[in-house]
Amino acid sequence: MSELVPAIRPSPRQPVFAPGGSFLVPTPRIDARPLVSGAEIHLKAVDLSKTYRRGQVDIPVLRGVNLQVRRGEFLAIIGASGSGKSTLLHLLGTLDAPDAGEVHMQGERIDNLPSSRRDALRNREFGMIFQFYHLLPEMTALENVLSPLLISSSIWGYLRHRRKHLQTARSLIEMVGLAHREKHRPRELSGGEMQRCAIARALASGPQVLLADEPTGNLDRATGDEILRILQNLNRRENLTIVMVTHDLAIAAKADRIVRLVEGRVETA
Amino acid sequence: MYKLLLCWRYLRTRYIALASIVSVTLGVATMIVVNSVMQGFAHEMQDRIHNILSDVVVESRSMEGFYDPQGHMDEIRRLGGDKIEGLTATVVVPAMLSFQANGGLVTRPVQLIGIDEETYSQVGDFGKFLQHPANRERLSFALRAGGYDVRDHQAGPEAHPRPQMGEGGWPHRRRRVEFDRISARLAAAESTRREDLAQRTPAVDTSVASHRELDPNPREDASGATQQPSDAEKPAGDPPSDDIFAKHQKPAEPFDALREQQTGVVLGIALASFRNHEGEDRFVLLPGDDVKLMFPGAGMSYDLDGGVMTPKVSYDWFTVVDFYESKMSEYDSSFVFVPLRKLQELRGMINPSSGTIDPATGQADPATQVGYATAIQVKLKPGSNLNQFRDQLRAAFPLNQYNISTWRDKQGPLLAAVSMETAILNVLLFMIIAVAGFGILAIFLMIVVEKTRDIGILKSLGASASGVMGIFLAYGLSLGIVGAGAGLGIGLLFVAYINEIADVLALITGHEVFDPSIYYFMKIPTIVEPLTVGWIVAGALAIAVLASVLPALRAALLHPVEALRYE
Repeated sequence: MSELVPAIRPSPRQPVFAPGGSFLVPTPRIDARPLVSGAEIHLKAVDLSKTYRRGQVDIPVLRGVNLQVRRGEFLAIIGASGSGKSTLLHLLGTLDAPDAGEVHMQGERIDNLPSSRRDALRNREFGMIFQFYHLLPEMTALENVLSPLLISSSIWGYLRHRRKHLQTARSLIEMVGLAHREKHRPRELSGGEMQRCAIARALASGPQVLLADEPTGNLDRATGDEILRILQNLNRRENLTIVMVTHDLAIAAKADRIVRLVEGRVETA
Repeated sequence: MYKLLLCWRYLRTRYIALASIVSVTLGVATMIVVNSVMQGFAHEMQDRIHNILSDVVVESRSMEGFYDPQGHMDEIRRLGGDKIEGLTATVVVPAMLSFQANGGLVTRPVQLIGIDEETYSQVGDFGKFLQHPANRERLSFALRAGGYDVRDHQAGPEAHPRPQMGEGGWPHRRRRVEFDRISARLAAAESTRREDLAQRTPAVDTSVASHRELDPNPREDASGATQQPSDAEKPAGDPPSDDIFAKHQKPAEPFDALREQQTGVVLGIALASFRNHEGEDRFVLLPGDDVKLMFPGAGMSYDLDGGVMTPKVSYDWFTVVDFYESKMSEYDSSFVFVPLRKLQELRGMINPSSGTIDPATGQADPATQVGYATAIQVKLKPGSNLNQFRDQLRAAFPLNQYNISTWRDKQGPLLAAVSMETAILNVLLFMIIAVAGFGILAIFLMIVVEKTRDIGILKSLGASASGVMGIFLAYGLSLGIVGAGAGLGIGLLFVAYINEIADVLALITGHEVFDPSIYYFMKIPTIVEPLTVGWIVAGALAIAVLASVLPALRAALLHPVEALRYE
């Protein structure tokens, strides 16, 4: 088990971004890529249930959710408010532990790992995007993008690889079109810019899975579409597995597959 | 790495937290200042006491002393071997010092010490404390022609000069004696005239005139050289006058005060001077003036009338030859040094049946006669174990007759009081820093609540609980470093400029913060001990870190999902 983290990481897979290539530029949909359905199961939820306790009352949020996400799949989870979609996303991303059921990543169970292992997973394997961007207000855009790399490295490790890390962060921030704002604090950025910055941060440590919690929920249609385009491009070009939670069918329609959550259970659309 | 970056950012953006550590800063600064000043005082005091008292003292428990001090010294030297650096025998007795100043009689209780000029300077810094450069080299009880220090050689250049000292010595003695003789002649002539007048015209009210004439202050009727209060003194060996000194004159041998001196005496400087509020020393006696000393004799005399034993009182006149200034006011205002042999003679401490008999006269040679002494002072080589040597001596001498102590034993209560004071002050001031710790705790809890969402973000990015805890501990530590560092700087600056600050405070409040006339130093002494400063800073840092443990734990235990939802 102790070799788990390296084991679930396939050979070198640090995404290489073409210098200057912007994901903002709409690219025609190329359907020449291999069919997702044939790929291996990347992320699997087995009979997940979760109950929150509010005072004396138990509120069941998830009641046995089964879900499979293939590698390179862009999955949208939709459902009404309170249907448990965010909770499901948190459970998939090991931010929270299920009351029952299991979460598997590439066939290995990850929900019961010790916390240090789960911390490492969140840092390296998952990139997370939130509705309210959740950037650190004390840091500049560039530093926010760097933060996963900062978290994973010690002081000396960071100083040794400083140049490489900075290069990674710069190319990511350039990719999302924020190169001119890298020195700005989050409060000086617009909503769309903050979300682009958050996407760049989610990609910094080269994750395989992107978990997006209502990434467009706080943005207008045009900006939301822009964000969505970036996600789609990442999905196609980098073969990134994306799980996106939304309540907006129009947004969900851009995904490869849609899963509907109703009262804590999956209802295939 | 992110811990450092975040804690640096928090440090630069949360000024409220900086406000919470102001009390740490103040506490550290105060502790440094207090410790430096206390250390300075204690060191100054110990240094002086040590130099005055020599290392080990063997004292007789009786006022009569012990017989044959040379034999005792030989024994001590045999016991101590090469550890001994110097030895000297002394006679210490309580005495009364009297002299006339400003026309009035001044009497003071003193500690009269008979010293051996040859060896006394070997056991302590006695020589250093004298005011004549030649006496500092080698003490002589003969009055010098002049050349006493006008500047205090132990103080810095900022000390006030003592212009009066420049007049001390033979010229001062001659001028004073001549002046006294003239005024005595005038007084005699005046009283003859009044007697004549009284015979011729009885019952005339002359109260106003006699008042003026009886005024003992000769300044009234003398001219010139009367600016010094010491000039007003009555000398020894003058024609009889009706003060108490006259009764003890020995008319047998004519003593020419113009050319001769009495036995020399070194007075503690505070006996002969006072310090005014500007810190200037005003002298009422100068080298060349005569003083009288009264002290108990060694034995008892049989009183024929009452049939009881009564102690004898001895007295004699002495001529001031120098002043002793150890800068310890207790000693400077009580010590009086005279030649050992003379004191032994006066007190009857010489065995008349000892000594080699001169065949020519049939008399014993006084130089070889064996006397008594009351104390032997021992100076050991640097680094010797004083307590061990003291115990060795205690084993060798009968303790019912001898009191054997080190200088520390003798000043034990004083030294203990100073260290006690320092300890209590340190405890109190450290409490202040501890109180500051609770301020930090409260502010930190606020910051953790404010940063709840950021903590959730960090956890979602993979930061571990210990990492989050580390941010806040490092934040506490860096606040502590800032606070203690500022305190260190302020404290050291304060210590460096403490005398200037005292001056400014005196100027503002209008009353002296540090009164040199009380302490006998011109400046506030300070010693910055790196170890003490290190402990203070380390203590402040520890408190800052301890105060951040609880908030940091709280941050570490936050649930990431709930933290992310926190609005």
